Amino acid sequence: MSDTRNLFNTVWDLHTVTELPNGQTQLFIGLHMIHEVTSPQAFEILRDRNLSVMYPDRTIATVDHIVPTTSQVRPFVDTLAEGMMSAIEKNCDEFGVTLLDIDDERQGIVHVVGPEQGLTQPGMTIVCGDSHTSTHGAFGSIAIGIGTSNVAQVLASQTMYLNRPKVRQVVVNGELKPGVFAKDVILHIIRKLGVQGGVGYAYEYAGEVFDRMTMEERMTVCNMSIEGGARCGYINPDQKTVDYLQGRPFAPKAEEFDKAAEWWLSLASTPDSEFDDVVEFAAADIEPTVTWGINPAQSIGISENIPSPEQFDETEQVGIAEALAFMDLTSGAGIKGQKIDVAFIGSCTNGRISDLRQAAEIAKGRRVAENVKAIVVPGSQLVRKQAMEEGLDKIFEEAGFEWREAGCSMCLAMNPDKLQGREICASSSNRNFKGRQGSPTGRTLLMSPAMVTAAAIHGCVTDVREMLDPASV
Amino acid sequence: MNEIKQISGTAIPLFLDDIDTDRIIPARYLRCVTFDGLGEHAFEDDRKQDPSHPFDQEQFQESQVLISGRNFGCGSSREHAPQALMRWGIQAVVAESFAEIFFGNCTSLGIPAVTCSRDDLKEMSATVQADPKVAVSVNIETLAVTVGDKQYACQIAESARNSLTSGRWDFLGLLLEKQDDIKQTAGEIPYLNSFAS
Repeated sequence: MSDTRNLFNTVWDLHTVTELPNGQTQLFIGLHMIHEVTSPQAFEILRDRNLSVMYPDRTIATVDHIVPTTSQVRPFVDTLAEGMMSAIEKNCDEFGVTLLDIDDERQGIVHVVGPEQGLTQPGMTIVCGDSHTSTHGAFGSIAIGIGTSNVAQVLASQTMYLNRPKVRQVVVNGELKPGVFAKDVILHIIRKLGVQGGVGYAYEYAGEVFDRMTMEERMTVCNMSIEGGARCGYINPDQKTVDYLQGRPFAPKAEEFDKAAEWWLSLASTPDSEFDDVVEFAAADIEPTVTWGINPAQSIGISENIPSPEQFDETEQVGIAEALAFMDLTSGAGIKGQKIDVAFIGSCTNGRISDLRQAAEIAKGRRVAENVKAIVVPGSQLVRKQAMEEGLDKIFEEAGFEWREAGCSMCLAMNPDKLQGREICASSSNRNFKGRQGSPTGRTLLMSPAMVTAAAIHGCVTDVREMLDPASV
Repeated sequence: MNEIKQISGTAIPLFLDDIDTDRIIPARYLRCVTFDGLGEHAFEDDRKQDPSHPFDQEQFQESQVLISGRNFGCGSSREHAPQALMRWGIQAVVAESFAEIFFGNCTSLGIPAVTCSRDDLKEMSATVQADPKVAVSVNIETLAVTVGDKQYACQIAESARNSLTSGRWDFLGLLLEKQDDIKQTAGEIPYLNSFAS
């Protein structure tokens, strides 16, 4: 009988240590990434129990959430942040874990660094104390976000207990229109399936649109799986995946790479693979998409109008009204033309070199509107370096953007980059939750980096398609 | 670990959907290396903007059971969120549904997170609003939430129920019991063995 397992189940079975009577699996973890926010308490648990890290070479650390993006000179001005830096440095040193520290040019957002260094590979199980770990699924791995107790478990045993999720194939066929990006695709999927539609599922993204995407675009899609409730999302490995990994520092070398590539490609789901559910969307239906509410499913296409509570199921109306009141937006009005105060380009969703190139293409020769504060925060030091080699920093600065150091920055505002008061921000990040960008009453409009740039230049939400080079349309 | 079968006391109603972990504990309070002191900051930004927020109301200060809506705990994986609730005094959460990472974190901390139907939650919430001192219990052996003299059916993933009621929720200890199996599995994974076939 042929193997009808999809990639997810093949990889899961390979990493299964034991199955418990209660239905859970003890799963071996191939790559454990840690950062300064969710690891200190985990190391403390190990100390309390006199335990060591079982596979220190399967664990790698960096610092991203709390690092400032203006000056990164130590000690940091924020003494709490500096304390967290000292803690991860001490912990990694004491437990033998490699740390890509702030003075290492490989430092950056953990979900940018993993792929960039070739740590992230197909067929792996990957965890990190961060919900956007789903990013690494772009390579055909099982990648999930975990809590701090789990971080301690994985450090000490390289395993954790998980319930095997169902697998839903999310198919998008057809061709995306010009000006429609990976970010718009995933915002559209979340809008259609809901913020909890993926609970209990892993998402396999399949179809022509994902086949055509670059690895970085695939990362943007998988990154936001968790915003749709799916703890994990992945795309089957193909030749692009193999080509991306070739020559990366932590990727296999020479003959071993050829053997690895053969194995990676063998993992992909086949036409015979079975799924617990399949949903399909048409690429042609996807517009540049912008959120209007306080969760990532509350979005509309740029040409649509902001909905009213009555358009939703009765059980959802209170939440919709709460979102409209918080955002101070009016039902029936368009989102196009909505004034913004801040523009943020960066994050683990859209802080990679291709994101910065797209943004720079729109920014080139134009000026950020008066009264708009616009910042560009590269996802890693190496992304920053590459962008500077290409002169993107100059394009941004000449247009009036601030060019910053690498980090998570205003995606969650644990560092000094924060909205003030009721400011409204066009943001290439992943969450528009109340208070997410550092001001309890601050507001976020999620969109693609190109759309953020367009909004920065016009001072209001703009259809980026109107600014594209006609030759490319 | 202790066996957790029933949480009894009073309840605090927060019957809203999609409460994310940034709302439960704003990110600025994650600038710490221990979980100490998080309790006082639970829902801090929501409380500042809503003077009638339940977490600030006198009658709910001693509550053990939190009642909420759909998709509770969505967003970030921060264990600081259930830690903040626990340190505020919450020992069980009853909601329509939970985000997965949050649910797992609750179980790791010994907090039963059970689900009930929306209609039942609505009724429980109204009862508790009208009578904040009404006795509430969450029993994961009998899968029942009791509010005053009314009983409601609840659900919880069997794995979590089993772990909590048997006192086997020190997962770290249990995982380490399988050291030989862990090494054997590692020996069969291609990328840990130079992709030798």
